[in-house]
Amino acid sequence: MIKRFLYSQKVAPYVFVLPFILIFLIFWVYPLGSSLSMSFQKVTLGQDAQWVGFDNYTKLMGDKTFFKAVANSAIYMVLTLVILIPFPMLFAVLINSKLMWAREFFKSSFFFPALTSVVVAGTIFRLMFGEMEGSMINSILGLFGIEPMKFLKGQVTGYIALVALATWRWTGVNMLYFLSGLKNIPDDYYEAASIDGASRFQKFTKITMPLLKPTSIYVLTISIYAGLAMFIESMMLWNGNNSPKNIGLTIVGYLYRQGIEKNNLGYAAAVGIVLLAITMIINLTQLAFSGMFKKED
Amino acid sequence: MKKKWLVTLLVLTMTSLLWGCGAKSSSSSKGETSVLDAGAGESATELSYWTFVELHGQHFEKMLEKWNKANPDRQIKLNVTVMPYDDMHNKLSIAVQTGVGAPDIADIELGKYPDFMKGTPQLEPLDDVVKPYKDTVVQSQLDLYSKDGTVYGLSTHVGASVAFYNTEILKEAGVDYKTIVTWDDFKKAGMQVYEKTGKYMGTADTSATWQESMMLAQQGADFTDEAGNPKVNSEQMIKGLSILKDLKDNNVIATIAGGQPDTEEAYGEFNSGNYATAFMPLWEMSRYTNYMADLSGKIAIAPIPVIEKGMPRSYGGGGTATVVTKTAKDVQLAKEFIAYAKLSLDANIEIWNTLGFDPINMDVWDMKDVTHNPENKFVKYFVNNPFDVLNDIKSEIKLIKSTPASPTINNILCTVTLNEIFEDGKDIKKALDDAQAQIEQELK
Repeated sequence: MIKRFLYSQKVAPYVFVLPFILIFLIFWVYPLGSSLSMSFQKVTLGQDAQWVGFDNYTKLMGDKTFFKAVANSAIYMVLTLVILIPFPMLFAVLINSKLMWAREFFKSSFFFPALTSVVVAGTIFRLMFGEMEGSMINSILGLFGIEPMKFLKGQVTGYIALVALATWRWTGVNMLYFLSGLKNIPDDYYEAASIDGASRFQKFTKITMPLLKPTSIYVLTISIYAGLAMFIESMMLWNGNNSPKNIGLTIVGYLYRQGIEKNNLGYAAAVGIVLLAITMIINLTQLAFSGMFKKED
Repeated sequence: MKKKWLVTLLVLTMTSLLWGCGAKSSSSSKGETSVLDAGAGESATELSYWTFVELHGQHFEKMLEKWNKANPDRQIKLNVTVMPYDDMHNKLSIAVQTGVGAPDIADIELGKYPDFMKGTPQLEPLDDVVKPYKDTVVQSQLDLYSKDGTVYGLSTHVGASVAFYNTEILKEAGVDYKTIVTWDDFKKAGMQVYEKTGKYMGTADTSATWQESMMLAQQGADFTDEAGNPKVNSEQMIKGLSILKDLKDNNVIATIAGGQPDTEEAYGEFNSGNYATAFMPLWEMSRYTNYMADLSGKIAIAPIPVIEKGMPRSYGGGGTATVVTKTAKDVQLAKEFIAYAKLSLDANIEIWNTLGFDPINMDVWDMKDVTHNPENKFVKYFVNNPFDVLNDIKSEIKLIKSTPASPTINNILCTVTLNEIFEDGKDIKKALDDAQAQIEQELK
């Protein structure tokens, strides 16, 4: 009986996916449900929560700081998409090319930053972009006769530092995704194209790009939510969650400020639900456009 | 159709991960724990203590030794955990909220304190242990950490604000700090300093409200009205900030890296002699001795300039309360110990000796052998004795109220408003009106 159960082709798949389902239910569905209910409550330190209906949401709609945080996260996401997809793809193609020398060296040096802790990297970037004359970036600028800048106090310059940190850290990881994608493209296609007299550029646009599409979609999806979920980078770069004029405040940062720093967990839960809604809408739209929902032939 | 659901589920899973990402950072720093047994025997009760200032642990160590000697049948071992400021308060509030994992004793900084007083405070009332010491300490420091007449936290110091002048720079510019009484005097002196040395007389703080508190205290005003409602766009606030802005426009003061004198970046700036003055509560002294060794023998302490002669020259700034949580192992023992370690005469003398703070038992201020002890590192470091200044301004130390709105007021002013005014040159009235609107919105 047990044997029949274990060997049953109908049951086996369910057994295999069971751990995932359990983890999903306990660690995701349950917290999701409780934050949803919490977003309709007023939660105070050590006291029973009160139901307040849509109060948290209506308050959120009039909250300028929240919209600032949403805008910051969105801009950061777009900037990382613009930089962290084309460039890693290009580097991957270059490294994958037969003409490339010291391939392993470049691969590992690009990947190396991803191994450092964000906390350490953020702190070092904070010091590099410090506003004092002696900080690294300002002394480099000084060589060209440019006055010291207060990088972390301005919106644009602050984002330069933030995006520099992201680029430094994630280029290697995305490059690795593209490299593994490239490995799956058979050489035959390129050979055939060469025989037909295709140029290098044509090969790239007609063979490499389309065949990298699944990888690109994957990288795009994770980059979208990584961009919207960014928090620690900003927290480390500004040495805390409170950047001047909130230039580095992200949605998760605002959630953290309201929920943890100000003990307003109900309001923070509402921020979280809105964040979930935004990411779901963007990602599902993006996946629908790229054809992920189409029936496979 | 099935597949569509699967993909949706997958995306949902991934986006749910966002929350996981957010929570991770709080575990990034666990803090350092050390056990102080201070001669305690086998039967000693172990209590845990969280703080965000390493030096506070040293003070407790000294007091613990005395306590264990005096109370052989009620000895204590103290597990001290030092964590960064934000981390400690965040962890403490979660622990208090959930009722799990809170220490027996903890330090809470004034800026965060109102958060712990919301609704029914989840801390032990301390009235019974405060009683024996009530007449010896400053009443306003007890009131500061009380709710509805019940004391929940024990203050560390008065935090009387003073001016710290770098006499070397002033000498170079031919300025005598003793002649500075009003802001006009300060402006004249500052312009002379900038002209002669190219250095700034002081800082325009963007990440702390010490200077605004000082300006409000001089005019008998506050960040909140009588009822505790925020009022940051008051006439007095505009006037105070206008004076500071005018100083900045004349190159008397300038913004500083770190945003205010009590930050690591600013210690470096002061230590290299780029700014001559800091207007800070007296506890800034310990920052000088610890982080600005090069300035030893050069810093003089004086009353803060005022708008018009005769206005109060100081206010109590900052502060840390030691509290006992509801979940403490031995509540009574913890309460009695912190009262002993913070309020007794011995404790107040040690608070000056170890920490360099102005103790809340003002009798200590007159104990010449304690305050003028030539072996004391603070006495050695500064040009003049701080208590000479303190006793001079003793009756002028005003209090800036701490209300449930205070954390929000601070947050908005320090992240947005002061930066707009001093870095971007935004109109003061407009910036303050915006701040008032945002504060009201957040407190809704």
